Amino acid sequence: MISVRNLKKAFQGHEVLKGIDLEVSAGEVVAIIGPSGSGKTTLLRCLNLLETPSGGRIRVGDIEVDADRPLKPQQALIRQLRQHVGFVFQNFNLFPHRTALENVIEGPLVVKKEPRAQAEERGRALLAKVGLAGRENAYPKRLSGGQQQRVAIARALAMQPDVILFDEPTSALDPELVGEVLSTIRSLAEERRTMVIVTHEMSFARDVANRAVFIDQGLIVEQGPARELFSAPREERTRQFLRKFLGTGH
Amino acid sequence: MIETSLQLVLDSAPFLLKGAVYTIVLSIGGMFFGLLLGFVLALSRLYGVAPLRGLARVYVSFFRGTPLLVQLFMIYYGLPQLGIQLEPLPAALIGFSLNMAAYTSEILRGAIASIDRGQWEAAASIGMTRTQTLYRAILPQAARTALPPLGNSFISLVKDTALAATIQVPELFRQAQLITARTFEIFTMYLAAALLYWALASVLAYGQGRLEARANRHELDS
Repeated sequence: MISVRNLKKAFQGHEVLKGIDLEVSAGEVVAIIGPSGSGKTTLLRCLNLLETPSGGRIRVGDIEVDADRPLKPQQALIRQLRQHVGFVFQNFNLFPHRTALENVIEGPLVVKKEPRAQAEERGRALLAKVGLAGRENAYPKRLSGGQQQRVAIARALAMQPDVILFDEPTSALDPELVGEVLSTIRSLAEERRTMVIVTHEMSFARDVANRAVFIDQGLIVEQGPARELFSAPREERTRQFLRKFLGTGH
Repeated sequence: MIETSLQLVLDSAPFLLKGAVYTIVLSIGGMFFGLLLGFVLALSRLYGVAPLRGLARVYVSFFRGTPLLVQLFMIYYGLPQLGIQLEPLPAALIGFSLNMAAYTSEILRGAIASIDRGQWEAAASIGMTRTQTLYRAILPQAARTALPPLGNSFISLVKDTALAATIQVPELFRQAQLITARTFEIFTMYLAAALLYWALASVLAYGQGRLEARANRHELDS
């Protein structure tokens, strides 16, 4: 489903990603973990070209963007790729001047040119699916952080993407709102949707992800089945990192 | 005394109102074309290639940095020397539009630039083009920020149209001048003109309030 080859990203000469190879197959849930500044968010943002890679290739389905060549001529390809890749932001980034439903149907309406009635019908169903039936006409300002993030998830789903990328989807939430967003993501995992999740919620990653990828200093240090990686990490750096997060004894 | 003044105002009302029509035409025309050109200038400065950005910057600097009166004189009295002869009304309209564009472009540029980068990213993430994003996500939000200063500029423009009197446009102030020259009822006539300007500005301020409430409705409704 996703194939990343030798992905590199430098910000003003500072190398954040030093050559990442990553495969994600259909139906797989991959958790990306690592210390802050490790490059995990940059990696995720490069996957749908929100960040311009300095080099490497990104393939989603049949669409391949080659960052070793100039990206300007590949703009149409990039937009096509983005239609197949949903993205859920840490800060939700809902359109504040549009209602929950309008946020959800914006993509289908404007990008896919779906008829409004059809887009709205699906939009309502998606809002119901994330537990927000009845809040269709609420503006984001009137929704809690957890509700806003669930609208954002519905907005991503509305494009019927092949993959959904989550960038620390609960980091901006008050602790009591984290659960509702995680359980929404968990139910998507149960539908066997392909997802890549950057997260600090270690127990969530362990329970929901099929595979965990540990990134440090711009390189993949270790990856494997989530339960294995969390219970028996092979690399010392992974052990150190998990010890900090899961407490001593692990 | 008061009765004769009142009679005079009533007698000259048709002239004053005719002048007010010119004032309204100049204001609305100046604002309309000023906004249009200002929008192009704002986009040039924000997203244009380097030479275009520089050009837009010089334009704004010139039209904000020189007196509107001098600009009007250059257009009406100066251009004929270069072989461009303009009637008073079009000359004034061009002058006000060019001047207004400098101010609106700064307002629009600031308002557009103030929108969070996350909005661009959210739109990009669902496959929207930059143009779609600008019109559907950025501008509606920028309008909220831009409306109050744009309203202020509009009201300033209504008052500045009095300068068109100096290039022979028979607008409100010019009509008042002509009547006072005939009747010597100086205070009464200028007061009548002032009240008409005030009325126009008040209508605008009211409209501005309505527009702002509309643009802000997502802040209030549930």
